Amino acid sequence: MDVKRRYVIPGDVIATGPLRPEHNVYQDGDRIIATSVGISEIYENAVRVIPLTGTYVPKTNDLIIGKVIGTSPLSWEFDINSPFMGFLPAQDVFGRDYSPTKDELRQRLDIGDLVAARIANFDRSRDPLLTVQDRDLGKIESGQLVEISPSKVPRLIGKRGSMIQTIEMATKAMITIGQNGWIVISCEVPDGLLKAIEAIKMVDALAHTPNLTERVKSMLGVPAGEYNDTIND
Amino acid sequence: MTQLMTEDGIRCDGRRVDELRDISLKVGVLKNANGSAYIEFGKNKIIAGVFGPRDVHPKHMANQDTGILRCRYHMSPFSVTERKNPAPSRREIEISKVIKEALQPAVILKDFPRTVIDVFVEVLQADGGSRCAALDAAAVALADAGIPMRDLVSACAAGKVADRIVLDVNNEEDQEGQADMPVAVMPNVGKITLMQLDGILTPEEYKTCLHTAIGGCKRVYEIQRKALMEKYFQNGEQ
Repeated sequence: MDVKRRYVIPGDVIATGPLRPEHNVYQDGDRIIATSVGISEIYENAVRVIPLTGTYVPKTNDLIIGKVIGTSPLSWEFDINSPFMGFLPAQDVFGRDYSPTKDELRQRLDIGDLVAARIANFDRSRDPLLTVQDRDLGKIESGQLVEISPSKVPRLIGKRGSMIQTIEMATKAMITIGQNGWIVISCEVPDGLLKAIEAIKMVDALAHTPNLTERVKSMLGVPAGEYNDTIND
Repeated sequence: MTQLMTEDGIRCDGRRVDELRDISLKVGVLKNANGSAYIEFGKNKIIAGVFGPRDVHPKHMANQDTGILRCRYHMSPFSVTERKNPAPSRREIEISKVIKEALQPAVILKDFPRTVIDVFVEVLQADGGSRCAALDAAAVALADAGIPMRDLVSACAAGKVADRIVLDVNNEEDQEGQADMPVAVMPNVGKITLMQLDGILTPEEYKTCLHTAIGGCKRVYEIQRKALMEKYFQNGEQ
């Protein structure tokens, strides 16, 4: 399917006609108008804008990295780099027989700890509910935290993970990407760690440019491959 | 009284009646704000910073159904010839309110319930028409912060000076002139979000004045658009 792309700013009319408005656009009569700075895409009658700036809006099932900022008797509160605070119920960690009198929340996750979690539920009426009940979720013991703009996370992952695989292979680093723009890198070689951070910063700065995977590859000193990288993911 | 216009229609600063002052706009000038912009609108120098959406403090201001917008317009003590008391004056409180109300129809607040978007506007140097310039910078700063908007907001003033309708009134013309009309529009939606009038105009003059101002807003919009494009797509390939 042919995909039409354009650079847009809020208020730009992307298309007119019977099309379906998706992310970051709104419909006014038969016009579809962008609501944020980014790259517009029209495919299969759906119109959307991939934003180049903005905060993270939680989505159910997103993998995120959060930082404990407080506890209440029944839950932890997380900074998830978003307008909303994340909540992790104590039962999720202690099991169903959790009792606030017996168990001490701070012994498992203390303030300042980083946690890989998934958004279990989120709607407009309540703050996002987190869960760590899955493989590879839970407290992050070691690594380096890097912050990038949440709108550039899809670019860092790349098409079917191409970008992140390139970086991981070239630097032998383990990279956990949170959809909220927080990334934890752990690497045994200090040189690899620095290179991985540099590569991630580069993606953050140059996210809107084409052929980015090739550029990252040459920066990391990887011979050019056959990946045909495109602008959107 | 100084002469505001020569016989052949040249204004006190050398402009023609339908000419804007020089405008330069830069996006993303502040590191710690989510979005920011710096505008030089003639001799006006204004910086705008946007924070949010973020938690509302004090908590009782939060709205469960929608986000809220707050705006502060402030003039630095050194922005005018005589030192200005930094405490918010009556005029600044009014301008904060009209800027907020001019931006509100453009910002889609429904997506962020229980949060606030803070807009801070600091006038570093004032030279007439600063509310319009402040609004232009604030709109671009909001877009830079990635806050969903129906449209940008572009503002420009028009007025009556030496019995003629002129675009973009400067400080002398504002002081000595007969009328000043700041107007803000959402250029693509085609709606007016701010319209004030200080002075007396006949119905005909009113119409020309409004149209002149809207014409100015459209030209400001092109500058805002160029500034945003420059920041986000500097390579320019379409």
